Amino acid sequence: MPEVILSAQELVKYYPIKKGVMRRTVGQVKAVDGVSFDLHKGETLGIVGESGCGKSTLGRLLMRLEEPTAGKVIFEGADWSGASGREMRRMRRDIQIVFQDPYTSLNPRMTVGDIIGEPFEIHKDVVPKGGRRARVQELLDLVGLNPEHIHRYPHQFSGGQRQRIGIARGIALNPKVLVCDEPVSALDVSVQAQVVNLMEKLQDELGLAYVFIAHDLSVVRHISDRVGVMYLGRLAELGEEDEVYSRPTHPYTQALLSAVPVPDPTLRGKRDQIVLVGDVPSPANPPSGCRFHTRCWKAQEICSQEEPQLELRSDGAGEHLSACHFAEARTIVETVDVSDLEPDSRFTTTDFSDLDDLGAGLGAAGGGEDLDSSAAESEAERSDALHADSDTAPQDGTRLVDEQPGDQRPPNG
Amino acid sequence: MTEAAIAEISVTDNYEGGDLNEERSLASDAWRAMRRNPMFWVAMTLITVFVLMAIWPSLFTSTDPTNAVLAKSRERPGVDAWFGRDIQGYDIYARCIYGARASILVGVLCTVGTVLIGGTIGVMAGYQGGWADSLLSRIGDVFFAIPLLLGAIIFLVSLPDFFNDNYFLIVLKVVLALVILGWPSLARLTRSSVIQVKPNDYVQAARALGASPNRIVRSHVLPNSLAPVIVVATINLGAYIALEATLSFLGIGLQPPAISWGIDISAALVGLRTTPHMLFFPSLFLSLAVLAFIMLGDVARDALDPKNR
Amino acid sequence: MTTQDTKPPRSEKTSGSQYTYTPEDGLLLEVDDLFVEFHTRDGVATAINGVSFKLHQGESLAILGESGSGKSVTAQAVMGILDMPPAVIPNGHIRYCGQDLLSMPDEQRRLTRGPEVSMIFQDALSSLNPVFPVGWQIAEMFRTHRGMNKSDALEQAIRLMERVSIPAARERVKAYPHQFSGGMRQRIMIAMAIALDPAVLIADEPTTALDVTVQAQIMALLQELQEERQMGLILITHDLGVVADVADRIAVMYAGRLVETAMVHELYAAPAHPYTRGLLESIPRLDQKGQTLAAIGGLPPNLMRIPPGCPFNPRCRMAQDVCRTDRPELREVVPGRFSACHFAEEVINA
Repeated sequence: MPEVILSAQELVKYYPIKKGVMRRTVGQVKAVDGVSFDLHKGETLGIVGESGCGKSTLGRLLMRLEEPTAGKVIFEGADWSGASGREMRRMRRDIQIVFQDPYTSLNPRMTVGDIIGEPFEIHKDVVPKGGRRARVQELLDLVGLNPEHIHRYPHQFSGGQRQRIGIARGIALNPKVLVCDEPVSALDVSVQAQVVNLMEKLQDELGLAYVFIAHDLSVVRHISDRVGVMYLGRLAELGEEDEVYSRPTHPYTQALLSAVPVPDPTLRGKRDQIVLVGDVPSPANPPSGCRFHTRCWKAQEICSQEEPQLELRSDGAGEHLSACHFAEARTIVETVDVSDLEPDSRFTTTDFSDLDDLGAGLGAAGGGEDLDSSAAESEAERSDALHADSDTAPQDGTRLVDEQPGDQRPPNG
Repeated sequence: MTEAAIAEISVTDNYEGGDLNEERSLASDAWRAMRRNPMFWVAMTLITVFVLMAIWPSLFTSTDPTNAVLAKSRERPGVDAWFGRDIQGYDIYARCIYGARASILVGVLCTVGTVLIGGTIGVMAGYQGGWADSLLSRIGDVFFAIPLLLGAIIFLVSLPDFFNDNYFLIVLKVVLALVILGWPSLARLTRSSVIQVKPNDYVQAARALGASPNRIVRSHVLPNSLAPVIVVATINLGAYIALEATLSFLGIGLQPPAISWGIDISAALVGLRTTPHMLFFPSLFLSLAVLAFIMLGDVARDALDPKNR
Repeated sequence: MTTQDTKPPRSEKTSGSQYTYTPEDGLLLEVDDLFVEFHTRDGVATAINGVSFKLHQGESLAILGESGSGKSVTAQAVMGILDMPPAVIPNGHIRYCGQDLLSMPDEQRRLTRGPEVSMIFQDALSSLNPVFPVGWQIAEMFRTHRGMNKSDALEQAIRLMERVSIPAARERVKAYPHQFSGGMRQRIMIAMAIALDPAVLIADEPTTALDVTVQAQIMALLQELQEERQMGLILITHDLGVVADVADRIAVMYAGRLVETAMVHELYAAPAHPYTRGLLESIPRLDQKGQTLAAIGGLPPNLMRIPPGCPFNPRCRMAQDVCRTDRPELREVVPGRFSACHFAEEVINA
C-alpha cells in the first residue's frame, strides 16, 4: 500500500446559528461531525453523499479554506492546523482544489493565461519569470485546449472547457493531492466523460491523488479506488470501490445504491428498491445515537441510543469500515466486469480534447486543433473506418464561412 | 422562462462571435454594447461640450462674463447678447459658458472623492466582515442619517470665512461638504457588491492558491465589484452638479464673484414673469448637464448589467 | 402499463370553460413539423428545427437531450409560455385533441393551461411564489378555473397534498414554500399541476435538482398519478437512467431536431443513431466495473449557425460526404423505429 499522503482525523465543523437582536448562538449546524480517513499516494478516494451530508464542507476543510472546529488535517506528516502562514503557503502548493461550477470558478475579468498563470505569480519560485508563459501554454495543451487561446476570456469557452481551465489551474503547481468538489456535476453528459477521462489521464501522468467529492454514484464508481459514503456529517461506510458497491453493509449505502437509476430498461421491476421514509433530518438537530435510525428499516432500540462507530465489519467476502450496529452485506447492484470491453470507436473516443473549441460544429472533425497524440491516432482510425470516402479527413466540407485560418494550429502539438 | 431558453442557446454562442481570434473581455463587450446605444452618443456629446466649456470657455465665447454693462441690464436675447443680459448687465451666454467650470469641477471632484473614500471603506467592510464591517457600517450609518443638503448647508455656513478668497478653495469647500456627507451611500454599495463577489469560487480558488488578501482584493474582488459602482458614480455626478447648483442658489456654495449656474438662477428669480430669459438659459444648461450624466449612467448600466452574469 | 378501459374517455369536465376536447383514438397531443426561432440582436437562432411527435393517453414519452437540444423550448412551445418576441413560430402545428393550439384564440389557449395541459419545472423553489402559503397557491387553481369559493378550494388543496404524500397536510397547508424540503416542494408543484385533472402533464427536468433518493420517490409518484388518471406524460430530461425506468417511448433531440424515436427497450438495446449510441457509451454505469469511459468528441452546434446536412456530422465519427450535404429526415428504419441518419441501418446492427 503506497504511503499515506493526507490524513483527516476526527474533523468537525459546526456553524453557529444566531438569532435575536443580540445575535446569540442558539444552536449549531453540524455540517461535519467527526470524519476520519487516509488518502494514499496516487489513489482516488471518492466521497459520496446527498445534499446536506457535509461533503462540500469536508472539501473546504481539507483545503483549509475553513478552519475546523475540531480535528486535524495531516498532510505528509505535518499538521495543517499548527502551521504558520508561511508554512501554510508552502503546503498549498501540494494540495489544490477544483470547483464545481465552471461559470463561477474562473474570474471573468481575467484572461485564461492570467488565471492559469496566477499560481506562478503567487509562488514565484516554482517557475522563473521568463518561463511562465510557456508553462501556461504547456498546461493548456495538457488539458486538451488550444494554447493559442491564452488571451481569451472565460466566457468565450464552453462549460466543459472552463472546467478544464480550472483543472489546469489546479495542477499548475504540480500538487500531490487534488480535491475535486463535484467537478463534473454541472456539465452535460457527453462532456462529463471527456473531463473524467482527462482527470484519469492526468492522474496517471502526474501521480496525483484525488479526493473526488460527488453525488453521482456512477461517476464515483468509475473513477475511485476507494469510496466513502457520508450521511449527516459522518462517514457511514468506507472501503474499496468493489466492497462498497458490490457488498454494501450499511443500510444507507444500500438505499442509496438502490435509488440510482441505471440506464437499462430490462432491469425495470427487477431491482431491489429500497424506499426510505421521511426526510433527511436537519444537520442542526441530528438524531440521537445512529443518525440514520429515523429512516432505517433495521433500526432497533440500541440504534437510537448508541452511535455506531466506523469499524471494520464483515461484508461476506472480507471486511470493511461501516458504521452500523447491524451491518450486513447485501447485493443491491449486480456488477458486471467489463474491463476487457472496449468502447466502439465508431461512436466515441477515449481522447478527451475538445476537437475544436470554436465549437459550433465547425471543423470539429479534427481541423488541426487536435493536440493530443492519441487524437492523431483516432484521426487515422477514422479515416480507415467504415468508408470508402475521400482522402482528406472529413473536415473540409464543414468549413463554414467564418472559420479563421488563423485559428489553425500546425499539428506539431 | 424564455431567457432560460435563450441562455441555453447563448451558451454555445459566446465562444464563437464573429471575430474568433479576438479576446473579448467583459469590458470590451460592454464598450461594444454602449457604442450601439444612441443615448450613449447623445450623452457623450453633451458631456464633451460641457467639459470643453469648463476647460476652455474661450472656445465658446470671447465675451467677458464679468463685464457688467448696466445700461443694457435685462436685455432680451438678441444679436449683441445671444441669451440676453441679466440684472447686472452680464452677458448670460458668457455666464452660462463660464458657469460650466464650477459644475463640472464640483461634480467630478465629488464623485472621485466619494468613490475613493466610500469605495475603500466599503471594500474593507465587505471583505473583512465581522466586527470591522459592523464598525464601519455603523459609522457610515451615522453620516448617512444626516440629510445631505441640510448637512452641507450647516457645514458650509460654519466654516470660517477666509476660505472665500480663492476660487479653488471655494470649490474645495463645497466638494468637502458633499463628500463628507455623501461617502456612505457609495460605501454601502461597494460593500454589498463585494459581499456578492466574495463567495464566488474564483475568490476561494485564489485563497486556496495562497494568495495574499491584497492580491485577492486587487485582482479578483475589485474588478468584479466595480460595475454597479461605476453606474451609480456616473449618475451621482449628475446629482452632485445639481447639488452644487442648489447650494450656490442658496448663497452658501459658490458666491459671487465666482460664476455658477445656481447663482444665476437665484438672481434671475426676481424677473421670473417679466424677463424669463434670465432664468431659462442657466436652468437649461443645468438640466442638460445633469441629464447628460444620468443618461450616461443609464447606458452604462444597460451595458454592464446583463453581460456581467 | 396502460389500460385504457379503466377510465371513461375524456369528455366534458366540470371546468368553468365552455370548450371541450375529446381525444380521438386516445391521441392527445400531436406536434407537427414545429419550428421555433429566437430573434435576438445577434441573429436568429433556430431552437426547434422541424419536430413532430405524438402523445397518447396513458403514455410516457421521454424527450431526451442535452443543453441546447431544444427540449425545454419544445415543452414551452406546447404549453404556450414562450415569450413571443423574441420567440417566433414560423411554421408548424401543435394539436391537442385535434385542435390546433397555435391558431386558437388567446383566451381559449389560456384556458387550456391547467385543466388540459399542465407543466412542472425543474426548480420548485423558484416556481412557487414565496410570499403565499402553499395551500393558497394550490387552491388558486380551483378558485380561478372552477370558480370555487375559498374554503372549498382549500379543502381540495388539502386533499391534493395528501394525495402527493405530504405528511400532516392539513397543518402544512398554511406553510410557505421555503419551509419545505426540495422533494416536498416538488410534490407541491405536482399537486398544483394535477389539480385540475389535466390530460397532458409535461415534466421539465423534474428531478435534476433533487437528491437521488428523493428522485426515486418523485418519479414513482409521477408514474402512479399517470396511471391513475390516464394522463399523457412528457418527460423532458437528459438523464438516461431516469428514462430507462419510466418511459414507454423516447424521442432523442439534438440541435433542435429529433434524431431518433423508439420504444424504450429497443432504443437501449440497439440505438439507431450515432448520437444516441455515443451517449449510451459515454455514461458511467453503476453496475459495471472496469469500464473504459469514452465520449462523443466536440461540442453541440451553435443554433445560429447550424451546419448544413446533418447537424451532428461534425462530431460524428461515421460521417461521410452525404452527411455534410443532405439533411437526413426522420424515417422509419425498422417498423416502429425512426432515425434521422443516412446510415441508421448500420448503426442498429453495430
